[in-house]
Amino acid sequence: MTTAAVPMRERENYLNQEYGIKSWLLTTDHKRIALLYLLSITFFFFIGGFFALLIRLELLTPAGDLVQADTYNKLFTMHGQVMVFFFLIPAVPAVLGNFLIPIMIGAKDLAFPRVNLLSWYIFILGSALMLYTILNGGVDTGWTFYTPLSTEFLTTNVVAAAMAIFVVGFSSILTGLNFIVTIHRLRAPGMTWSRLPLFVWANYATSIIFVLGTPVLAISLALVGLERMFHLGIFDPRLGGDPLLFQHLFWFYSHPAVYVMILPGMGVVSEIVACFSHKRLFGYRFMALALIAIAVLGFLVWAHHMFVAGISLYAALIFSFFSYMVAIPSAIKVFNWTATLYKGSISYTTPMLYAFGFIGLFTMGGMTGLFVAALGVDVHVTDTYFIIAHFHYIMVGGMVMAYLGGMHFWWPKISGRMYPEGWGKLAALLIFIGFNLTFFPQFILGYMGMPRRYWQYSPEFQVLNVLSTAGASILAVGYLLPMVYFLWSMRYGKIADDNPWGAAGLEWMTTSPPTTSNFDEIPTVTWEAYNYDQLTEVPVERQ
Amino acid sequence: MFEHFPFWPARASTSAGQVDALFIFLLLLCGLVCLAIFALIIVFALRYRRRAGHQAEHIEGSNALELTWTVVPGCIFLCIFVWGAYIYFQERTPPEGAADVYTVAKQWMWKFQHEEGQREINELHVPVGRDVRMIMTSQDAIHSFFVPAFRIKQDVLPGRYTTAWFHATKPGTYHLFCAEYCGTMHSGMIGDIVVMEPAQYQAWLSGGGSTLPLAATGEKLFSELGCSTCHRSDMQGRGPNLVGLFGKPVLLEDGRTMIADENYLRECIQNPTLRIPKGYKPIMPTFQGLVSDEQLNALVAYIKSLKQSQPKQAAGSSVAAASQQPPATQVH
Ligand code: HEC
Ligand SMILES: [Cu+2]
Repeated sequence: MTTAAVPMRERENYLNQEYGIKSWLLTTDHKRIALLYLLSITFFFFIGGFFALLIRLELLTPAGDLVQADTYNKLFTMHGQVMVFFFLIPAVPAVLGNFLIPIMIGAKDLAFPRVNLLSWYIFILGSALMLYTILNGGVDTGWTFYTPLSTEFLTTNVVAAAMAIFVVGFSSILTGLNFIVTIHRLRAPGMTWSRLPLFVWANYATSIIFVLGTPVLAISLALVGLERMFHLGIFDPRLGGDPLLFQHLFWFYSHPAVYVMILPGMGVVSEIVACFSHKRLFGYRFMALALIAIAVLGFLVWAHHMFVAGISLYAALIFSFFSYMVAIPSAIKVFNWTATLYKGSISYTTPMLYAFGFIGLFTMGGMTGLFVAALGVDVHVTDTYFIIAHFHYIMVGGMVMAYLGGMHFWWPKISGRMYPEGWGKLAALLIFIGFNLTFFPQFILGYMGMPRRYWQYSPEFQVLNVLSTAGASILAVGYLLPMVYFLWSMRYGKIADDNPWGAAGLEWMTTSPPTTSNFDEIPTVTWEAYNYDQLTEVPVERQ
Repeated sequence: MFEHFPFWPARASTSAGQVDALFIFLLLLCGLVCLAIFALIIVFALRYRRRAGHQAEHIEGSNALELTWTVVPGCIFLCIFVWGAYIYFQERTPPEGAADVYTVAKQWMWKFQHEEGQREINELHVPVGRDVRMIMTSQDAIHSFFVPAFRIKQDVLPGRYTTAWFHATKPGTYHLFCAEYCGTMHSGMIGDIVVMEPAQYQAWLSGGGSTLPLAATGEKLFSELGCSTCHRSDMQGRGPNLVGLFGKPVLLEDGRTMIADENYLRECIQNPTLRIPKGYKPIMPTFQGLVSDEQLNALVAYIKSLKQSQPKQAAGSSVAAASQQPPATQVH
């Protein structure tokens, strides 16, 4: 690598080591690839958000008046597909995980740096297909692609959308493989498994799901494409196929995918809570175990999406039972975070506000999971707004909160600059309020019986829908703010120290931003994770 | 107590109360636990806020606590599981003697036919105080039969029957929604469930002019389509005797035993080669594509009415006669 002219005052780091578009597009540096992902998923976040906004506007009135029924169906379909496959799934692993895992375990890069770049290119290929789908008139299968609707009765870009998701799936698989090998092979001397930060554990658990689950999703989407083109009779009952088979295949991946969309968030929150309580996480071992338990048990609950789909009574009983089992490790996590606060030294920085928000909203999302895992109750609330609210509490209230918390927490490390703390707090507050106003009314709507994916609805549901739309507009402002001030801070933000938060972890022992090789010398780890008893606190005024 | 609470759905079936009871229990339980957790977080956050002269204490964890908050929630979850499963079990087990309503869903309407023969579209009249069983199939995509006031929902699939049952308790008009996304006018695939006092219901039933009971329509079809040439009640036909078949286990050529429920009958008519009862040759022609879903319903209703013991009053006279045949044992 050539050393470009470095401005005198600035230390050499991964950002100023090389300049020019080529140095980014051909980089194998995990940190630069993380930023490439950051750009791509932010782009999709705003596309998906735009669809969401249109959905909420349509639902202001009971009549279907803003857009046509078909347009509405496309909006919720593409909102789901974009947000799930192009934002939520890659958000924490591909951005923060990519950036941090090698540094956190004391490695110079991931095990396969080129494969890492390849997975971004695969992601971009999938993105191109998704954009093609959107621009070519969209798709209206619902993000779940249920057959035989998707295979027999729709005339939109079903194959293109399925291909898009098929392709990005491979990006996840490669990222997962890369993480697993990296975490196994590249830990610095002394960085034993029991010294790994929970963020690394969380991404490890996630990677297992990527590697084991994603191929099944790929297969089921490929089958949808084949069935559509060649009428093979896999899902079409007229040809002897079974429409339920698709649901089994789809949820076999997509339920674990729900955990992909929360486990890394749990990792982020664990780091933040420990740092701003200035304390070792309560029950480290149990926290790590719970992560793995969730990943494993997550594979045994898929048919809880199908309690009214026509599965047998006994299958339903088993899947309900396992759904309660997977709730136990989730509960353990909440209790341990809470216990970590006890006798800590807690400072309310922006990342910590997000972590508080995460714990609160994840708790509510998880608790409503107990409602929907109860067979008798699920029959009533499944496919209603109760479900919409439930999974948005987990995936937006949980994962997006964690992602934003993580972005604020590690922003000094990523960019070398501090974000404006006051604005950060304001945005966190707006997001929390906006989120609850948007989604809490939907629990009530759901129990009242408003089905999901309804373009027009019965007038008695209007009041709550108006509230929800009002909340969504606050939420939108809340999401735009960080966008603006992160960009602002890259130029005008205060220069960040190497360890502005007084945080434990190898990533805080290297420079901000790190050099391309992360460390001048591979560190030898002689301490446990979260050794806050050996670190000095940063007083509130200096944060 | 929640009956007149705003934003609470009407409660008009026997299972509605059961579901509400569990739901309210969960609301209270989870509400309390949430409040407790949030209170702890707030108290800790304030009490241990970072300030001069205050230091974090190093705490490793506690096995006893971990054990407690694993086992206690685990036990509570188990109880919820059992309670939820109990309700579901009842919802999935239709009582004996329920009135059947045959339902055909299609993009984007609901078609119902009562045993007595009345047909309805996007509207279903049922009496208070009677068990009603929906026997449903779809002509195209998957739909879902959802009546919030009854707290029941069941997906309706193409190519097979799914069933749901309810026991209405309160007269009124309630929403029927399609709850499974089914294309353009999914949100227009709605209707009304009209629950009536039994007397009014009888009046409504007889008001629609004389209609042939469904089983009698089936009987007519049965001879028109030539089924009766092979399937005879005197054991002389080339096909098995269908009297008393419904609900019985059938031993098949390939060694499996299947219960002759609605789905079995449906499959036997549509795809006779898939399930050959023991001792018969696969000579029955397939009727797939030749009979509509409605006709299939009528045939199934007719074969169901061929019972040995209890004659159905609903069925036509000759149907009743058929069911008074001496009990013929199922030899196949
Ligand atoms: C050519 C003679 C023939 C005709 C016509 C025929 N069947 Fe059959 N049916 C059979 C035979 C033989 C079997 C047993 C072998 C099989 O299932 O293919 C059978 C089996 C059945 C069974 C399963 C019976 C059991 O005991 O499991 C049902 C139900 C049935 N037929 C209904 C019908 C109906 C309804 C029609 C008219 C639409 C019809 N069949 C027309 C010959 C016939
Ligand atoms: Cu429908």
